[in-house]
Amino acid sequence: MKRRDFFKTTGVTGLFILFRGYLEGAPPLVPTRPAGYPTDFNAYLRIGGDGRVGCFVGKVEMGQGNMTSLAMLAAEELDVPLERVDMLMGDTDLCPWDGGTGGSLSIWQFGPVLCGAAAEARAVLLQMAGEHLQVQVDRLEVKAGVVSVKGAPARQVTYGQLVQGKRIERHLTDVKPKPVSAYTLIGTSAPRKDAREQVLGAARFTADQRMPGTLHACIVRPPAHGATLKSVDTSAAERMPGVRVLRDGNLVAVLHTFPDQARKALGLVKATFEGTPPALDDLTIRRHLASKLASGKVSVQEGDLKAAEARAAAPVEAEYFNAYVAHAPLEPHAALAQWKDGRMTVWAGVQAPFRVKAQVAEALKLPPQQVRIITPHIGGAFGGKAAGPQAVEAARLALKAGAPVQVVWDRREEFFLDTFRPAAVVKIRAGLDPAGRIAFWDHAVSGTSDREAEIGYELPAKRISATGDGGDIGTSAAGLHPFPTGAWRAPGANTNVFARESHMDLLAAKARVDPLAFRLRHLTDKRVIRVLEAAAERFGWVAGVAPSGRGVGIACGSWRGTLVAVMAEVVVDKKTGQVRVKRVVLAQDMGVVVNPDGARQQIEGAVTMGIGYALSEGIRFKDGRILDENFDTYQIPRFSWIPVIDTVLIPNPELQAQGCGEPPIVCMGAVIANAIHDAVGVRLFDLPMTPERVLEAIKKG
Amino acid sequence: MEQTILFTLNGKAVHLTADPERMLVWVLRTDLGHTGTKVGCGAGLCGACTVLVDDEPTLSCSTPLADVAGKSVVTVEGLAKDGILHPVQQAFQEHNAFQCGYCTPGMILRACALLKKKPRATRAEILEHMEGNLCRCGAHVRIVAAIEAAGKAMGGVL
Repeated sequence: MKRRDFFKTTGVTGLFILFRGYLEGAPPLVPTRPAGYPTDFNAYLRIGGDGRVGCFVGKVEMGQGNMTSLAMLAAEELDVPLERVDMLMGDTDLCPWDGGTGGSLSIWQFGPVLCGAAAEARAVLLQMAGEHLQVQVDRLEVKAGVVSVKGAPARQVTYGQLVQGKRIERHLTDVKPKPVSAYTLIGTSAPRKDAREQVLGAARFTADQRMPGTLHACIVRPPAHGATLKSVDTSAAERMPGVRVLRDGNLVAVLHTFPDQARKALGLVKATFEGTPPALDDLTIRRHLASKLASGKVSVQEGDLKAAEARAAAPVEAEYFNAYVAHAPLEPHAALAQWKDGRMTVWAGVQAPFRVKAQVAEALKLPPQQVRIITPHIGGAFGGKAAGPQAVEAARLALKAGAPVQVVWDRREEFFLDTFRPAAVVKIRAGLDPAGRIAFWDHAVSGTSDREAEIGYELPAKRISATGDGGDIGTSAAGLHPFPTGAWRAPGANTNVFARESHMDLLAAKARVDPLAFRLRHLTDKRVIRVLEAAAERFGWVAGVAPSGRGVGIACGSWRGTLVAVMAEVVVDKKTGQVRVKRVVLAQDMGVVVNPDGARQQIEGAVTMGIGYALSEGIRFKDGRILDENFDTYQIPRFSWIPVIDTVLIPNPELQAQGCGEPPIVCMGAVIANAIHDAVGVRLFDLPMTPERVLEAIKKG
Repeated sequence: MEQTILFTLNGKAVHLTADPERMLVWVLRTDLGHTGTKVGCGAGLCGACTVLVDDEPTLSCSTPLADVAGKSVVTVEGLAKDGILHPVQQAFQEHNAFQCGYCTPGMILRACALLKKKPRATRAEILEHMEGNLCRCGAHVRIVAAIEAAGKAMGGVL
């Protein structure tokens, strides 16, 4: 049966089941307004006498481009030129509350809040203009912040003249934001607002903040997880000219006017530690996590698994693994704290300034209103700057020092203190019915959450269970991980999609069916089908049963309402095991696309970063020590690794803008594993797929 | 032991009394307030601290101050003239060849060094030349495109 015929016959019932399945465990496609955001539009927008619009948001810019796309939303709703919108982000004194930047939520969740505020402000401004010009509002039009009478453009007044920098006291209810059809700016590619200062090197990151009298602090760290400070001898460090030593409980730091001298003094500190390091290491972690699989909590159970398995021909079972992965932003954690006039101000590159404000207040036993967090430019975060331990360290030291204190972690601290993407094991057992359709699917994950374990393949019987919610900030179920883990670009999803989409290919090969056709056979969701077909068309996918020797792979996934299909072409060196990704086509349906070029940048970045966790990144650790301490042993993607990346953005104006920063990374493990299998006929079940692992798999055949 | 070191920074003479064993990046960033040069790894492994020393790309986190005595140092702050961007900066801006921007100054300076010698560098030469500079956000494809475009722009004059 051809796919289209199949689609016709399954019709509405199939769609209903799929849609229900899709919504389970996934956010609804239209968000409800999150509690906590102020309802007064003045909190977000201020219009100056010169007509410039100040846009205040609690989100932060860390390279994902939301400074530009949020400015586009405000400019669109207000009908002002984008260049006239000034963004002020992540300052807890000046910006309205926000829960934190991450989870691809800036546009999907916060966008409607900002649009609503701007739409109301525009309606109020029109009303004010009507009174000023003495005409009915429906006779007015707005162009570039100038309100004029239709047909009599000389009768006009600007936003700036109406407001003159004052707070607008008038409010309106039930103002609807613009319909998509009225957009003139959203959907066009805008250059990054911070581009000029970035290329000039003028963009100030946290470590670039300068304040007279600042002391740079280097902190005494344990050599291993599980070790705590027993004794410390700082006498040699203190003999160095200009060095101060401060101690606040377990926090011991050496300080100097120059950061390099403080680091040098730290080398003179003699410290001893005590405690029991975790017994697990990178060789035993897999077995440890696998041993917990059976204790997972079942989140999805549909159909009669046993009966379905009985009907299925030989079930296919496989265990998938991924190592701990570092965030490794190029900018290490940094904070500058100043205690002045009874207030603590901390400049810190953090993803959640309002949460860090509470953290600092709690640590210093100050009322929250006496703490201010200011977020400068952030040099990458990826979930790794969700918490702000460095802000607390700097604040504690500044309070003691009586001078501003800057804390900048070095690369070793960055690796040691990282909240890694959790290692995880997924076991999938599934089987085909005599017609070559999946009869049942049993997916158990240990080490992380079950997020994106399913995309909505039609499965008569299925079960999903998970041991951990290790994707969330600071969480790790007791005894599961030997050190803290946390959110890493699309938490949980990279693990589950790798396993699921690898297993789909295993079953497709068993059914002797082309992997694309096999997926389509189990899909009825038009959006998923459309992204797969769009990727196939751009890629020039030619149907074939894997392994075909061509080295092509496919995978699809979803995250935050965005659907993604990826196709890749790889070359495997059979002698060395080296895998080179030649070409990647990624099609994405993310609803309305605010800034297409910005979306493409995120996709290119995600594909590139994804190649890292797929091929080379895995933290080595033993006796609580993190053995990877810098970029010599921990290899992240380099120029020579980068494939040709072709992006396809599916037009979908019916759906409000969904997430973009994370979705395009979730398929990267599976698409490369599937392409390797297609190239050389062996399947890799472990990430990263290092040359050693590939070679071993080839040898085993 | 402190010494007086003389060198040129972005075309201007610098007389500095400092420990000659200190690494250049810290002197640039702290003593001289030129914070455009970034520290990523502190061990010469990421390229974020790249500056030009007598036109050669140099890792300032691993270069003692003594090594630049009498030489000409160029940092990202020294590229634009009177507000006019250098062609490489211009190309990075036009291609949105950055995401977080932290690796950008190092990328731009390393690219400048290549294009000054070889404005018509091939793609393979660009990749090889840039290999040591890391970008975690994954702006690589745009960085390469920007360098190619800048090379074209500079090709006529060099």
